[in-house]
Amino acid sequence: MSSRTLPLLFINLGGEMLYILDQRLRAQNIPADKAKKVMNDIITTMFHKKFLEELFKPQELYSKKTLRTVFDRLAHASIMRLNQASMDKLYDLMTMAFKYQVLLCPRPKDLLLVSFNHMDAIKDFARESPSILAQVDETYQQLIEMYTPLSSGDFQLIRQTLLIFFQDMHIRVSIFLKDKVQNSNGRFVLPTTGPVPHGTQVPGLIRIFSCTGEELTRLQFNNGGNYTGALREGSFDLCGERITKLGTNMYSVSRPVETHMSGTSKNSAQHKKVNSAPNPLAKEELNLLAMLMGGLEVDKPGNTDSGFRVNLFATDEEEEEALLSRPDELSYGIINIQATQDQQTNAELAKIMGEFPQGEDHPSSASSKGDDLLAMMDGL
Amino acid sequence: MYHKEKSLQIKNSASALYNNLGVLRIAPKQLTYFTVVHANVVNMVSASWDGLNYSHRQLQSKEPNVATSTSLIMQAAFCALPSRDLLVVTSQKGIQIYESDGSIMVYWHALETPETPTETAVFARGISAVWENYICVGVSSGAILVFDIPSKGSNITLSEVLEEHNESITDMAPECSGSQECIANLVTADDGGNLCLWKSGEEFQVLNKIPGFEYVMSCSSVKLWKGTVVAGYGSGQIRLYEAVTGILHAEVNAHARWIYSLDIAPFSGLLLSAAEDSLVRVWHLSMTPETNTVEVAHLHNECVTDTQICGAKFCDGDGYAFAVTGYDLSEIIRYVQP
Repeated sequence: MSSRTLPLLFINLGGEMLYILDQRLRAQNIPADKAKKVMNDIITTMFHKKFLEELFKPQELYSKKTLRTVFDRLAHASIMRLNQASMDKLYDLMTMAFKYQVLLCPRPKDLLLVSFNHMDAIKDFARESPSILAQVDETYQQLIEMYTPLSSGDFQLIRQTLLIFFQDMHIRVSIFLKDKVQNSNGRFVLPTTGPVPHGTQVPGLIRIFSCTGEELTRLQFNNGGNYTGALREGSFDLCGERITKLGTNMYSVSRPVETHMSGTSKNSAQHKKVNSAPNPLAKEELNLLAMLMGGLEVDKPGNTDSGFRVNLFATDEEEEEALLSRPDELSYGIINIQATQDQQTNAELAKIMGEFPQGEDHPSSASSKGDDLLAMMDGL
Repeated sequence: MYHKEKSLQIKNSASALYNNLGVLRIAPKQLTYFTVVHANVVNMVSASWDGLNYSHRQLQSKEPNVATSTSLIMQAAFCALPSRDLLVVTSQKGIQIYESDGSIMVYWHALETPETPTETAVFARGISAVWENYICVGVSSGAILVFDIPSKGSNITLSEVLEEHNESITDMAPECSGSQECIANLVTADDGGNLCLWKSGEEFQVLNKIPGFEYVMSCSSVKLWKGTVVAGYGSGQIRLYEAVTGILHAEVNAHARWIYSLDIAPFSGLLLSAAEDSLVRVWHLSMTPETNTVEVAHLHNECVTDTQICGAKFCDGDGYAFAVTGYDLSEIIRYVQP
């Protein structure tokens, strides 16, 4: 479908990830300097020049597995570590939040405003770092250049592509349940009240014209809802009021992030099974991953003390329990990427692997990083 | 006016695509076929009229004999011609034509897809049977492919390529009143809200072009009945035009969100509209030839709670019953007049 979907998917999911990590870093009382470093490292990796170049190329959406791998890498771009259960939960929250935003966008073009809300927040996270701010501004420019000329139909195609990506995901998110924007069956509430989208009239009027163009009759009908007129249009500039709240940070220290895993088994029959068949990755997908791995020029200090683990759950026991009880159909599985037979791609990846700093002094993360890479090279 | 009947379960949920429900009534077999698209699969359900028998089938979009290529399907629709009924499936790779029960693929047409993806997507969307033996299919470039259909067999040929639209085709529809008097027998719509009216034949003739609004707003669903075009737009508006002159007969602020599907019951003049706003509305159209005006009356609303509707069709020519599909919903909801 649309070949312009990936940048929006990546940036919005990345934004949600930063919101959640920011909340967890504060909830766990991680020292401010370490927390800042994590956030800055992730943002600078997300908006790395080479990575963006790859991202903005016209291409089909990645498979769910590949995208998950990209975010795994991104979350580990700094000194922070996440266990499997926490990473799973982080990804669930990110995806359900963006699914909600895509679904509730009043008109497809508002997807761009949602993206700008995320970008505005990212800019704020990076405000003390001029070099990162420059990267963020560069990304704004690319977004504006690529998306402002698109028509409403083009945006709808992007939205439809995203909705196919999010099809059948009904993970319940505590904060959504509390705010009554999600039902207990995991489906989002679509209100038939509130302002109509910009460019739409409140339903209820029928106008009949004569063949010479004069209005003959006006009839009203009951629209079955409680709509009000459209709000003013949000700004599509570098800065400005976006008007929509979709894509702004809904978490705070007092509103913790939780997901309900139990009870989803009722919907398991309809849950899309994670595709475990061999997935011949397109060359483009490998290129992007390679860029991401190659772009990890993050300053990692030698001592092990600076590294730390973040937990998306309230306690370690809960995290352990979550990993064990995660329903099969929701597990993302070991990322087993069977790369293509393409000699050139293999060589590129091998070269980048070779560029990875060897003999780093935090044993656990170095070996697990190596393990991760090896797992990815599976089948080469 | 209508009450909800027992839903039909489908194997996968419906994808958010325009006009995502196909219905074909087979009177001799007392069956109705339904098709709903989910990503790269078409789910077909065959339901007997007595409600006792159901059977399911799934069709995949892929080139014949190529095991791994898959592509997303944009639309699946039945084409009822005087000589035969066929099922047409359009995707990113091409167009597949099956026998109406989905049992055999009789024709495959590959779209020219570039080696590396381009900024503008490539796909086929918009399907219509046209008098007397044609099937037309739209393409993302704005081109319309006209296929000549023999009364039986698979000797289908590409007869013409019509190039009047400059934007992606969204939908198209034949004149459905059965009247031979109507000059235009095909309407086609695009993402810019532009409409073209055609007369079919060995060489299709464009009779009229109705431009979109000043600010570009996609027309996602279109119908043609008794020489009147009924068009549904992304702004939630429905407009009725006289086909050959382009005179605006009526304008309805019908929905609070993007319209995804329109249908007309040709014998009664009932109009069905469905949108992302969760609402399905039933209207009545009546023509007054003496004054050359069309009346639109609103009759009924159905709210499918918390669902963005993507397909809605009448199940019969009188509009006695209709069926609805929604994004992420794994059922076809049916409504019937008591």
